[in-house]
Amino acid sequence: MVNNKRAKDVFNSPGVRSLYSSLICIIIGLAVGFIVLLMLSPRNALSGFVTIIKGGFSYGGLGIASAIANSVPIIMTGLSVIFAFKTGLFNIGAAGQYTLGAFGGFLFAIVLDCPWYVCLIMATLFGAIWGAIPGIFKAFFNVNEVITSIMFNWIGLYLVNDIIYGGGTGVMYDRNYTKTYNLKVYHPSSVVPTWGLEKVFNSNTVTIAIFIAIIVAVVVWVILQKTKLGYELKSCGFNKNASRYAGISEKKSIIISMVIAGALAGLGGGLYYLSGTMQWNPQNSNSLPAQGFDGISVALLAMLNPLASVFSALLISHLAEGGGNLDPRYFSREIANLITGVIIYLCAFSLFFKNKINDILGRKDRLLALKIERESIRSMLPTDKYVESDDENAQKEEADKAKEK
Amino acid sequence: MILLIKYTLLYGTVLSLVAFGGMFSERSGIINIALEGIMVIGGLCGVVVLSLLPATFSPFLAVVITILVAAASGCIYSLLLGFASINLKADQTIGGTALNIMATAIAMIVAKLVNGSESARVLYSNKSFLFKIGTLELNVFLIIAIVALIFAVIFLYKTKTGLRLRSCGEHPQAADSVGINVYKMRYLGVGISGLLGGIGGFAYIVPAVSEWNFEVGVSGFGFLALAVMIFGQWKPLRIFLAALFFGLFRALANISSSTFLGDLNLSSNIYNMMPFIASMIILALTSKRSRAPKAEGIPYDKGSR
Repeated sequence: MVNNKRAKDVFNSPGVRSLYSSLICIIIGLAVGFIVLLMLSPRNALSGFVTIIKGGFSYGGLGIASAIANSVPIIMTGLSVIFAFKTGLFNIGAAGQYTLGAFGGFLFAIVLDCPWYVCLIMATLFGAIWGAIPGIFKAFFNVNEVITSIMFNWIGLYLVNDIIYGGGTGVMYDRNYTKTYNLKVYHPSSVVPTWGLEKVFNSNTVTIAIFIAIIVAVVVWVILQKTKLGYELKSCGFNKNASRYAGISEKKSIIISMVIAGALAGLGGGLYYLSGTMQWNPQNSNSLPAQGFDGISVALLAMLNPLASVFSALLISHLAEGGGNLDPRYFSREIANLITGVIIYLCAFSLFFKNKINDILGRKDRLLALKIERESIRSMLPTDKYVESDDENAQKEEADKAKEK
Repeated sequence: MILLIKYTLLYGTVLSLVAFGGMFSERSGIINIALEGIMVIGGLCGVVVLSLLPATFSPFLAVVITILVAAASGCIYSLLLGFASINLKADQTIGGTALNIMATAIAMIVAKLVNGSESARVLYSNKSFLFKIGTLELNVFLIIAIVALIFAVIFLYKTKTGLRLRSCGEHPQAADSVGINVYKMRYLGVGISGLLGGIGGFAYIVPAVSEWNFEVGVSGFGFLALAVMIFGQWKPLRIFLAALFFGLFRALANISSSTFLGDLNLSSNIYNMMPFIASMIILALTSKRSRAPKAEGIPYDKGSR
């Protein structure tokens, strides 16, 4: 009996209900993707859809490795968005903080030739600084953090590109490849180690970065759920007036929260580019790194749960891998992005789904509880008295009515 | 100098159109962060139709049709934001961000489909959009922006509907209590903003160049327009002036290499940064006494009074 009840509680817990609504979003998103595939090329739609669903599993270890490697930066940017969101801020500036983090990594790897962990710490620091700026603007000048962080995304991109490129003579710029120097060739000590993972996946793209990302996810969860700092930051997000009344400095909270969010995104940039498989192209000044915005998808799909962000990041990177495997003669790889976009759009009002599910499940619960309560009251009272009192009431009412007349 | 005026007017036009769009939406109580995506969709649909029209097509009709297509597509796309944030009471910022992400993906898919190749570059002819006064080359969108300015002033301040729309952004409960349909007004605001955003996206792409790579979207102009709107304090005339001011900064980046500014030896990245840095400084100075519509960003729930 007790066991049964506990099982039902797990089934009905808020976390599981969030999972339901995430799943609904994913299913509808995939369905829209399938419809788009059908519209583009009805004959190949089914095989294309299977390719997307299979994602990283299409090419064995290589595909899985690539999906995992690409999930690392978006776990981090996702955590960055989650952390800010939990404290009432919308960090759309993860792209800029990520860019600065990558720059910090490059600076300490290529110019100063530091070991990888120093580079990662510096990447985190650079991201934190870039995250602090919107926080300061919000705290002291009352500028909406969304606008500020978007502006600083672009400022960061132009700044980093300008320094790395340096008119074609930048110290970090490899003119032969028109990108930053390949870390694996020139600075192997700055590359995040693999610790034998290359043998597992038969590919050198997976490093211990994925474990670092998972550990950070756990740390973020602990900070938010189990510490005083997390409690204060969250309470500022819920109601800044109430928390000010309780003696929490609102300005400090906003800045701390943005610094941590920026640090997380910056570490993401460091982890990705210090893995040595990708180089930065400073001549691309027209688009921000997509990982920054994928972080928003990851965060929303995870329903703002830091631990769930690991899984939602893996799913999104899995779908992107699938999109890349599509036959370019019939479909473009951006269909995967479209599916992600639809999923976030649905997540925006998934609270609506969640409430609906709660309503349906909740109504049954309430009816049941009411019934049990009534029965237990009835069983406690002696039957005749219960009836009697009822009669007395009725008599009273009749008497009242008579008086009124 | 002529070149500077040309580019200032070009970017000023785009920014004012889109910022007007943002203004209508926010005045009705919906934060429209999806303007960037709406611009992409409007630009995409306009450009694709333009590239598909036969070369012998009447230039005047081509201009009218493509602009209408851009406006209509922007309007339809913005209804997605309206549906999520008005009917389903979703978080407006998240909904808008999702629309931005979807817009880029849709643009890439459609552009590749139209090209039949793996490149998202679309070619078109933009001659019919341009005209000259003396040596100054202008485009039709300048006229549209001025018309939009006059329309915005009259609509918001001189008509019954305009007053109702503004009241929904300030205090929707009060508006509802005197019989104004808040949902309808908010849809109207979002719809107009989509219309103007769509034209704005088209205006950003077409007059400047004769081919566009949709991989880059509209490189942050929708967000810049939001800053322009805040700088303009949600008032049409101020927004127009603010847009020209920002346009000037953006224009400097375009002409930097060919004029005296080239001698300063600053890279184009620095100039590209300038409108963003200028807007940050201005926002920091003006936001303390900002007059944002009071109810913006809050979904209207009939039950809560």
